[in-house]
Amino acid sequence: MSRQVLGPFNRVEGDLEVTLEQADGRVSAAWVNSPMYRGFEQIMQGKAPMDALTLVPRICGICSVSQSAASAAALADLAGVTPPPNGARANNLMLSAENMADHFTHFYLFFMPDFARDAYAGTPGFDAVCARFKAVEGSAAAEALPARARFLQLMGTLAGKWPHTLSLQPGGSARAILPAERVRLLSLLREFRGWLERHLFGDALEAVSALDSADALWAWFDAKGPARGDLARFLDLSRTLGLDRLGRAPERYLSYGNYSIDGARRFAPGIWDSTVGAVHPLDTRDIVEDISHAWLAGSADKHHPLVGETHPDADKTDAYSWCKAPRWRDKVVQCGALARQVVDGHPLARSLVAQGGGTVMSRVVGRMLEIARVVPMMEAWVRELVPGDPFCVELELPDQGVGVGLVEAARGALGHWLVVRNGHIQNYQIIAPTTWNFSPRDAAGTPGALEQALIGTPVGDGAGMPLAVQHVVRSFDPCMVCTVH
Amino acid sequence: MNVLWLQSGGCGGCTMSLLCADTPNLMATLADGGIELLWHPSLSEASGADVIALLEACEAGRQRLDVLCVEGALLRGPKGTGRFHMLAGTGRPMIDWVQSLASRAHHTVAVGTCAAFGGVTAAAFNPTDACGLQYDGDASGGLLGADYRSGSGLPVINVAGCPTHPGWVLDTLLALAMDEVSEHSLDAIGRPRFYADHLVHHGCSRNEFYEFKASAEKSSDLGCLMEHMGCKGTQAHADCNMRPWNGQGSCTNGGYACISCTEPGFEEPGHPFSQTPKVGGIPIGLPTDMPKAWFVALAALSKSATPRRVRANATADHTVVTPAIRRTGRK
Repeated sequence: MSRQVLGPFNRVEGDLEVTLEQADGRVSAAWVNSPMYRGFEQIMQGKAPMDALTLVPRICGICSVSQSAASAAALADLAGVTPPPNGARANNLMLSAENMADHFTHFYLFFMPDFARDAYAGTPGFDAVCARFKAVEGSAAAEALPARARFLQLMGTLAGKWPHTLSLQPGGSARAILPAERVRLLSLLREFRGWLERHLFGDALEAVSALDSADALWAWFDAKGPARGDLARFLDLSRTLGLDRLGRAPERYLSYGNYSIDGARRFAPGIWDSTVGAVHPLDTRDIVEDISHAWLAGSADKHHPLVGETHPDADKTDAYSWCKAPRWRDKVVQCGALARQVVDGHPLARSLVAQGGGTVMSRVVGRMLEIARVVPMMEAWVRELVPGDPFCVELELPDQGVGVGLVEAARGALGHWLVVRNGHIQNYQIIAPTTWNFSPRDAAGTPGALEQALIGTPVGDGAGMPLAVQHVVRSFDPCMVCTVH
Repeated sequence: MNVLWLQSGGCGGCTMSLLCADTPNLMATLADGGIELLWHPSLSEASGADVIALLEACEAGRQRLDVLCVEGALLRGPKGTGRFHMLAGTGRPMIDWVQSLASRAHHTVAVGTCAAFGGVTAAAFNPTDACGLQYDGDASGGLLGADYRSGSGLPVINVAGCPTHPGWVLDTLLALAMDEVSEHSLDAIGRPRFYADHLVHHGCSRNEFYEFKASAEKSSDLGCLMEHMGCKGTQAHADCNMRPWNGQGSCTNGGYACISCTEPGFEEPGHPFSQTPKVGGIPIGLPTDMPKAWFVALAALSKSATPRRVRANATADHTVVTPAIRRTGRK
């Protein structure tokens, strides 16, 4: 048995270190360390509540709008306001634009380049994969970056800029959309749809979201093979490399539900438990954060986030990460696009999970499925905007109270818990998606989702950073700057 | 010219912003400008031991290091140990790596306000003892010290902004590759003058409202954001309204105040970000270079002369009174 400390992992957002113990060429135990602490929860204490809208997006440059949306939702909850129909749609458009751009960035820039490494040279189809996905030099980087930049022009109009906008407010959007801008937004979306249908899917978005089982997905792949497009190239690699059996995480999937509109969430909230085949209703009272293995001191090992504490203690024994360990009913869950689609009941997502669980392949397919489902929703939201009607309502914040803001970032469930006393923030606790997925062990010694997913992963001859480990890690699309914040 | 890019106490948003660059192929733009990425945490293939070997080669002088870009603040805490960020896989504080590599770099560039001055990471009581490469807020010093000069003889080049505009980073790197950056290219706090010699106010689409002091009163109003909504566009150094963001955006275009994010200390303005502090009804922060008495006199005069159209539109979210159409041409 030997130990290996791996890092830095690039092509994840922020810094990450993983320690592996291996036996018989496979991972036998893993410890995930989030090695950076900035102290946003300490910074927020004492601030004017509305200042959260300026500060929290700056937790993360890639989940910036998700942080804004969670903060705005917490403040709206505190004030008891609901954005008007235009405001809800504009805010959903901002959040979905970021989420789509992040799925796209993850696939083309962060995840796929690993298959173009020299270590895979000589495997079938390698030359084509290399020409397409090689980091920095591949044709995909050359084409995907400008497509992404063009798509994010949505944010220039809706949000002033991306990242770090203040357009997203608890009462709606500070940026009313004019008739000609509505037309232009729709045109930008059509352009992105065209790119996706030509290069990523090789099919209509609706045909992809209509795939209703793993068998249907493979039949779709077999009909045209890897030449159909970039998703098909990934499926080809999945089949060759067994990515549908790699990196299986615990069989509980958490989603807060997403895209509130007209009193409901477009994707349903809940916790899907594969072992019983049912969705548990979401109740935030079931959530705690455990600090037993984090470099944090506190009055107890675990707290509900409304009474959570954040006191750094770099010398704590038995700790190995700055990350807290969130648990649902004391259990480990995974979150992300796959979880959202499973909880929402999409038949392809449910079928993939029923066949192989949450794996490298199903997590990546979950993101692609979500792109195919959400871009048409975005088109509908733009069409439904009514220029001239209000985009934002005024609100008065109470001097005392609590607010909870739950949204889904690209990477999964993001929650903000806000306590206001005497007109100032008394406590502000954040649980980010990768806090769930990359948590350390809890007081019971139960490893976090990635720590469990890595067990059994082949480590090859032990030279360098094992590729399979990298696939598993990046398949979660981790955001380390959100994780600890 | 090679570029090594490191991230520490920030959000990675300056990199995300850079990837929004308005160019048909960002990688080709860099390559055509003679810029080679030695390593970038979001883009490069190399991980783990390969990266550490590269950093060690730069540190030992075996690998030439033309430009060291640092994104994010430098975390000196707790108690000066730097343990709030140990670079993964190295067991060594990031501040150690940065100090060591900066001593080898021909140019050192702070990408974003965190790396330049400390930024949002240094807000409140600064729990991580965060600072910039060569500044701690507006005090010269920071991690590398006031006397630090890179191999080229220049101080740290502070491409400040939260986030930075992709064009600011690209134009800086391309100018460095052409060896066209000198002390004269930088302002008094190390920012490239090509963008820092402008004010955010320049080109603001709300200028007519500013002229007449016709002010927004709530989110989504079209009026000037200076009087009530906390806008610092008349003081903040940047060309945000001349060089649009994400196609055609800017903060003031997006419906919200300029928070002066290119300036040291912007993270602690001493008032809620979206509220203008006033004394006797007059905003404390007056337009740069404008004497207070003149501002007060002009504001009173312009308010009394505000056209009905401008006044009505200032508190609406779309134009409710359109400009009159005048016959032009020879009568």
